[in-house]
Amino acid sequence: MQARSEQDARIMVITGNAAAAYGAMLCRPDVVATYPITPQTEVIEKLFEFAASGELDAEMVPVEGENSAMNVVTAASMAGGRVFTATSSWGLAFMYDAMLAASGTRAPVVMVNVNRETPGIIAVSSGQQDMISTRDSGWIQLVAEDCQEILDQVLMAYRLAEDHDIQVPVMVNYDGFYLSYLAGKVEVPSKKRVSDFLAVLNEQPKRQILLPGQPLGCGTHGILQGFVELRYKHVQAMERAKAAFDAIDQEFASQFGRGYGGQIEEYRTGDADIVLVASGSMCGTIKTVVDRKREQGLPVGLVRLRMYRPFPSEKLTQVLKDRKAVGVVDRSVGFGIQGGPIYSEVCSLSAKFGGASVLSFIDGLANTDVTSDHVEQMLDLLSAAARGEPCPQVTWVCMEE
Amino acid sequence: MIEVRFHGRGGQGAVMASRIMANAFVRIGQYGASFPMFGFERRGAPVTAFGRFDANPVREKTQIYHPDIVVVLDPSQRFFEKVYSGLKSHAVLVLNAALPFETQPHENLETAGIVNADQISIEEVGRALPNTCMLGAFAATTGHLPLESLEAALEDYFQGSRLKANVRCLRRGYEEAAVGHF
Repeated sequence: MQARSEQDARIMVITGNAAAAYGAMLCRPDVVATYPITPQTEVIEKLFEFAASGELDAEMVPVEGENSAMNVVTAASMAGGRVFTATSSWGLAFMYDAMLAASGTRAPVVMVNVNRETPGIIAVSSGQQDMISTRDSGWIQLVAEDCQEILDQVLMAYRLAEDHDIQVPVMVNYDGFYLSYLAGKVEVPSKKRVSDFLAVLNEQPKRQILLPGQPLGCGTHGILQGFVELRYKHVQAMERAKAAFDAIDQEFASQFGRGYGGQIEEYRTGDADIVLVASGSMCGTIKTVVDRKREQGLPVGLVRLRMYRPFPSEKLTQVLKDRKAVGVVDRSVGFGIQGGPIYSEVCSLSAKFGGASVLSFIDGLANTDVTSDHVEQMLDLLSAAARGEPCPQVTWVCMEE
Repeated sequence: MIEVRFHGRGGQGAVMASRIMANAFVRIGQYGASFPMFGFERRGAPVTAFGRFDANPVREKTQIYHPDIVVVLDPSQRFFEKVYSGLKSHAVLVLNAALPFETQPHENLETAGIVNADQISIEEVGRALPNTCMLGAFAATTGHLPLESLEAALEDYFQGSRLKANVRCLRRGYEEAAVGHF
């Protein structure tokens, strides 16, 4: 199919998984280590196809499990390589200690995580619980809404991870099933344009690398001040990642014609009394409901979280200021806390953004759809809250009575 | 927006059919988004897939509860209530079957295009793979897609002799679909 210019991009109809694989391939990683798991398997199949056809010139390491996948890419990253891996749910849980090693040693690994419910109840279905459960792993975590954004976020992830001032691994999250298998129109940019976008990484100072025969201590300052200093620096780098992501997003927009808003996307929030905060594929559906409500004269809007870690506290405080009611939709649960995990973080800012009632909505667990009807229910409750009526703090929208 | 729901079984190519359809809509300058819903991948298990096609970008990311069109690849599901659940008025059915309906299966169903896609694919491909034939029948029954864009879309999914066989399936589905009104 024809794009604006064949040299710039190709228009393709591909799944979210294929979009992730194209994104990775276009960034020319040196080492790819992966282990398959539903609903991520297609990412790996696609990458191996690229390797077989010669489109991808990387060392492909088919490992015996996700823990090894993460250890392989971390080691390769520490040796100076550009790396990629992909996982989901069980796989993410199985690589958790290796993820901590990747972030602790500040290895700029890029990974996609195809969101799926976590082990325990055998759920082969979508949900963000896996992402939530790695909240404090020290990784930067991004969340995409559609197939195009998956590809675009992988490109942006390399800019962020390998930025000399950041050097933190990045996880790109997208909903399993709803996006992993969704076939849609995607503009796949040429390798040349992606190289141009990544070129700035070649101009920065070389990062410290660990090579065989050249001994070097990495992550060895395990007690007292050495540890404290490394932790402090890691936390500071996470803070810098916020503005860096905004800037990368803007530069991306100028180069590729697609901008997403950086840490958050604001959708019709300008004069909105009522605002939903959500992330991932459900936001597409929410936007259509917001449009419908706007036509009926109801001042509602959506704030889409594109960055889950670091948490965009400043941006959210700014955009949620002086609203009447705020609803936070979590596609996961918070065990032992009141309401969903993202809700509880938004609540922690409420003293700063002031005034608004903040309600928690649990929806979309285990492939239960976040339907238009559900979104309308949420907006009805928020309207009631905005009028000062008493409303339940937490509503499990996806649970049938 | 046109909302299409596909009903098939693992191995019949319902997911592939929904993807090829999205591809064909994009080729005529429209937007398409399709996705299947199943847990584990299992041959023979019921599979549902959803396709949305529109002149504007498709933002909805939910299953389809009120389809305009149902495409039934699995002849054994033609009498399943769930296949006709939530049909919009003036709905269209595209069905893989050897025999026509004697009675209207759902009151909102207005048009049906029936083709013996199992038989055609056995003749052309060598086994019952009804999906590409059903796409031809979809084009003939609904008029939403030109046959050429579907033919071009097939090239993204098949090569060589398999491509030729599937193009024959597509064309025969288009030509042999018996389109009738209730």
